[in-house]
Amino acid sequence: MDVDNVPQEGNSTLGNHRKAVYAKDADGKMVIVPSRGSEMEETVTMQAVDRMNALAEDARVRAQAGLTSPLEYWMFARRMDIALLSQTSGIWQWRIRRHLQPRHFAYLTPSLLARYAEALGLPPAQLKSLP
Amino acid sequence: MNPSNANYQHKHAAHCESGVAANIMSHHGVKLSESMAFGLSSALSFAYLPFIKLTGFPLIAYRMPPKSILKGMSKPFHTKFRFETFRSPEAGQKRLDELLAQGQVVGLQTSVFWLPYFPENMRFHFNAHNLLVYGKDGDDYLISDPVTELPQRCASADLQRARFARGALAPKGLLYYPESIGRSEVSAESIKKAITKTVRIMLGPVPIAGVRGIRMLANRVAKLDQSEHSLNYVGHIVRMQEEIGTGGAGFRFLYAAFLQEAAQITGIATLATLSERLNVIGDGWREFALKAARMIKGREAFDPVHLAGMLRLQAEAEADFFRALKSAIS
Repeated sequence: MDVDNVPQEGNSTLGNHRKAVYAKDADGKMVIVPSRGSEMEETVTMQAVDRMNALAEDARVRAQAGLTSPLEYWMFARRMDIALLSQTSGIWQWRIRRHLQPRHFAYLTPSLLARYAEALGLPPAQLKSLP
Repeated sequence: MNPSNANYQHKHAAHCESGVAANIMSHHGVKLSESMAFGLSSALSFAYLPFIKLTGFPLIAYRMPPKSILKGMSKPFHTKFRFETFRSPEAGQKRLDELLAQGQVVGLQTSVFWLPYFPENMRFHFNAHNLLVYGKDGDDYLISDPVTELPQRCASADLQRARFARGALAPKGLLYYPESIGRSEVSAESIKKAITKTVRIMLGPVPIAGVRGIRMLANRVAKLDQSEHSLNYVGHIVRMQEEIGTGGAGFRFLYAAFLQEAAQITGIATLATLSERLNVIGDGWREFALKAARMIKGREAFDPVHLAGMLRLQAEAEADFFRALKSAIS
């Protein structure tokens, strides 16, 4: 890639950051050029972000209707899935699946709630509520 | 006033680990660029690991596993890095503060998700990020994150979370610093050795690694159907390639920069020509990513067979390239 071709069209997901890209300058030397990012990068990042936001939103609606527990919403809101939540909380996946059901979630012990809250980086009380 | 390394110099880099390696070695008086750190540690690679899942998609690595760049520094520079992990976050923080008080610049492995200075939409649960801490000011750590243009600050509670995040590749509070550095210049011999190793990985017999790994990924892509999942799958490939650690094209450009430096140090002029060639291959990876992004956006019909064909061309180009690289140094 030549220095002039380093994408600068902007990538909103980078915020104010610029990332370093190596490109060939006029003398044929490879140098570091700060890049504002490209639309292509934005597309694929937003695809992943949107997918997770959609999962969270869907869970929020179902939790409000009492079809799932708020835990499912917070799991997706923290960009996790059951496998990852299991790894970070140390709670088995089948137990998490159980706790996603409102009737089991209602009887969660304070210590289990605390473990979920810790893994998700939330105060335990917030875990029971929805935004 | 808390300790801070006033003479520490932050440098922007394309990749976190090679950036950290270059910055920390430069701090200790070694003349080392990011690209040289990347090349010397034979970090360029390709691996398609369908059995490791990241939010449901396979891991596609364009470089060697975490820590390998730092470890790759040890032989050419007769350097010993000390790596420490901790069972309790308190012990981890205490040790970090202790080292900072001694005036050390300390490397850390962290999660990306819990670092507040990262842009919101870039925060995913990726645990193998690297950064340097060069001081502490009140409750804030002074951070040199090589992928950001300027040094950053991070409150101690946030940094603790990031250091002790759990899950795949959990950092366990890993910190590191060089204990001794025996050499401060790169030898032609170590460059040749590093290149040989890269060639061996890229042309090796393992079906999921190197050029064969690219072909295997191409076969997988060719079988994709027209579903939403397939589009997400392709998006995931591109994201692993261009966004998470600037994989595919970015690493090819980085290695091309290394080959230019290598040509000067070893006096092998062919390496400079090969650098040009790798630059073109890197452009090919970018074209693949652009094409895929257009399909995801719906500007073009989703055509997995076409994308697979592009990947196969990349595999052919890289196979030829690494064969030429092999004969250039032998």
